[in-house]
Amino acid sequence: MSTLISRRAFLKGSLAAGGLTLAISVTPFGYTILNAADKKGLKSFSPNVWLQITSDNKVTIVIGNSEMGQGVLTAHSMILADELEADWKQVQVRQGAAMDAFKSPILGAQLTVGSASVRGFYEPLRKAGASGRAMLVKAAAETWKVPESECTAVLGTVKHEKSKSSLTYGQLCEKAAKLEVPKDPVLKKESEFRYMGKAMPRVDVPEKVKGKAVFGLDVSPKDLLYSVVARPPAYGAKPVSFNQKAAEQVKGVVKVLQIPQGIAVCASSTEAALKGRDALQVQWDKGSLPEMDTAFVEKTLLADLEKQGAKVHSAGDAQKAIGEAAKKVEAVYYIPCVAHATMEPMNTTAYVQKDRCDIWSPNQNQTACAGMTAGITKLPPEKIHVHTTFLGCGLGRRAFPDFLPEAVLISKEVGKPVKALWTRDDDIKQDRFRAPMGHRIQGGLDAQGQLIGWNHRTSCISIMKPVNPKAIVDGVDYYCLWGLWDKDDSPMWNAKIQYEIPNLHIELVMPDLPIPCWPWRSVQNAPNAFAIESFVDELAQAAGKDPLEFRLQSLKNNKRATRVLQTVAEKAGWGKPIPKGEGRGIAQHACFGTWVASVAELSVDKKSGNIKVHRVVVAVDCGPVINPGPLVEQIEGGVILALSTALKEEVKFAKGGVASSNFDDYDIIRMSEVPEIEVHIVKSTDKIGGIGELGVPPTAPAVANAFFNATGVRIRRIPLTPEVVLAGLKKT
Amino acid sequence: MISLTVNGKTYKADVPADASLLWVLRDHLKLTGTKYSCGNGECGACTVHVNGKAERSCTVTVGEVKGKKITTIEGLPDNHPVKRAWIKEQVVQCGYCQPGVMMQVASLLSEKPTPSADQIISKMDDVICRCGTYLRIKKGIQAAVEMSGKEGKKV
Repeated sequence: MSTLISRRAFLKGSLAAGGLTLAISVTPFGYTILNAADKKGLKSFSPNVWLQITSDNKVTIVIGNSEMGQGVLTAHSMILADELEADWKQVQVRQGAAMDAFKSPILGAQLTVGSASVRGFYEPLRKAGASGRAMLVKAAAETWKVPESECTAVLGTVKHEKSKSSLTYGQLCEKAAKLEVPKDPVLKKESEFRYMGKAMPRVDVPEKVKGKAVFGLDVSPKDLLYSVVARPPAYGAKPVSFNQKAAEQVKGVVKVLQIPQGIAVCASSTEAALKGRDALQVQWDKGSLPEMDTAFVEKTLLADLEKQGAKVHSAGDAQKAIGEAAKKVEAVYYIPCVAHATMEPMNTTAYVQKDRCDIWSPNQNQTACAGMTAGITKLPPEKIHVHTTFLGCGLGRRAFPDFLPEAVLISKEVGKPVKALWTRDDDIKQDRFRAPMGHRIQGGLDAQGQLIGWNHRTSCISIMKPVNPKAIVDGVDYYCLWGLWDKDDSPMWNAKIQYEIPNLHIELVMPDLPIPCWPWRSVQNAPNAFAIESFVDELAQAAGKDPLEFRLQSLKNNKRATRVLQTVAEKAGWGKPIPKGEGRGIAQHACFGTWVASVAELSVDKKSGNIKVHRVVVAVDCGPVINPGPLVEQIEGGVILALSTALKEEVKFAKGGVASSNFDDYDIIRMSEVPEIEVHIVKSTDKIGGIGELGVPPTAPAVANAFFNATGVRIRRIPLTPEVVLAGLKKT
Repeated sequence: MISLTVNGKTYKADVPADASLLWVLRDHLKLTGTKYSCGNGECGACTVHVNGKAERSCTVTVGEVKGKKITTIEGLPDNHPVKRAWIKEQVVQCGYCQPGVMMQVASLLSEKPTPSADQIISKMDDVICRCGTYLRIKKGIQAAVEMSGKEGKKV
């Protein structure tokens, strides 16, 4: 592949020639240049950053979001190609570079997070495609000297029925390029959609099946060196001593250097770097909080629930309402840290030269990659080239590229391209976890069993404090709260408790622990949903009402929540008898502009404590659907990931650092544990919402509620491991 | 210098006999379809065939496979039923684990052309897919079994 990475191509890539060829990029499919000016004799037309039509009748679509299996390359291309009225057969799709033009209009950065790629770009991409179509039609009308209204675009061709004339987009591109880009092009009516809403095969699948897709770790520029870093085993630990000489004597080791991340070993192969790292025999000091272990973390978060927190929201008088309520319920929940543990561990390849720097990175945040690189190299933005490869799963982890600086630092030092690898052990121990959470909720019911008061205090390690302390206002980090509460103007679109509660009070305590935390698929929506939806089930029990009926009575004005609950109940056979020893549980959640509800069915082996989940049914309302296949896959995958956290996953700590290290001591769900999953898409013409993360939040509470239904025992902590289950059953 | 037969081709690499097959494939032979994920045989992302049998390349040394036939995902023909089934059923999401998964499935089907549900689970339960494509993998296996059955071919 190295031969394909031509220096000239890179240099050319940053130029926009004559306002026509903006679509500059490298691609994970082989780093080919897209600038048509590079291809001999080809004319091109590029009305915007995403789109380029060339005289060989090819439509090249360039996408700025990262592809991690969610199907963004396909979904975005479908939207564009549809409005452009291109023939799918003429479309080729490429991964875009780091560019301001690719910044998400709702997130403000080139970021693939928050299930925001489709909801954020739906309108801009439609307009981009429609502009192109309008210009091609105009170019044809001018050519034939007929009114535009008599010309129609059909599958990559503009036709004039009366004169039986037709010209392909390729034939029209040169002329179209000279026209002005319309500001408000006419969009298609839904009935005219050709691709949107239809199941389209994903464009990235064939490469991946062939084993030819280029992930971060597969990048291999000429003269590549490999690095690993010996990292502190405890938070805040500093190296006391290490054997530099021994490492340098390992065959293949090129350089040993101390960097802020630890002691780096750079070598001619991965294995040589690993051997060099072993030879370092680094001695570390005890770090900042050596007494911290798994129990310490949980104890701290639960103890913080006794403290006054920062006020997040207050409506009515929750304390008074609960004090005067006919029935009161109080419960404490705990959700531990979980790791991202993406199959491709963190890595980045960097090549720092005097006048330019290339970054090849499986990342979800091109803006941060470019910014971090500029910070280290001091190169101006136009000399930094971020090439986004395929991502071996993302789950949010790759939105904070703390795995990038070491590649840049080491490459700068050795003057060659360097691939910085995190081993699995590094990847788990240095993860920025899903923040652990404690919740204490008090609820009040009136004499009719109607929910009238809710007093909620949560403790959660701040996610943004170590990264962007300015994001925390009046002691509140909203990243901790999504799913429970959010600001009105938040780009996370309605990630709030959905129930209509006249008296609601929410507080947040942020304990000071050294564990770095970061968004993990759905951010804290999932842990918040676990607490909220478990508690709502407890309230329903106290009210003597069916859990579905109880939910619906506090969602009277919430059309979309009601719709997904009713759909899931109907599809799952809610209320139908269930065999003895089995249980059925329900939960709902809203975030990222989408509403979702879930029913889980399971059985419990009371001897072993094993839970077997048999079936999960999900109903989802995300507004218009772009590509239904990947939509269902995303929900399925989210459910499976969340089941893993509901039944198995918990990061263990010891001696002030992370004790978990690999898949043998951080167990992840396997095929035999995966239930039957049904996904029902509610037909909806409401505003378009996100999908990527929506399978996660309702799953764990639906499981915990089903467990209660099966056993009569409420467990207020996940994961529901056999030990936790047996201990819970023993208590009652 | 060690000599390896991979996908029907002979390669030479300047590595010791105790070098890991995974890293020699990836770093020296540039056959990057075989993936690193756990390094201790837990996840199956690095699965290749050694004389037709699925092996974890991260726990095998090049010395141990000297003279044996190694097949990686790149060497599994594009018209192989497993590859075609994986496209037909759109099994992959991020796709990182899938080369190993497909090699595991190809090996399963060459031993048991029509595996029972239990046989599938027992063979596939030691691969990890973080995207959660397990149900799609099951569908993919079904499709591959049907394809090879119809075509009367041995996988």
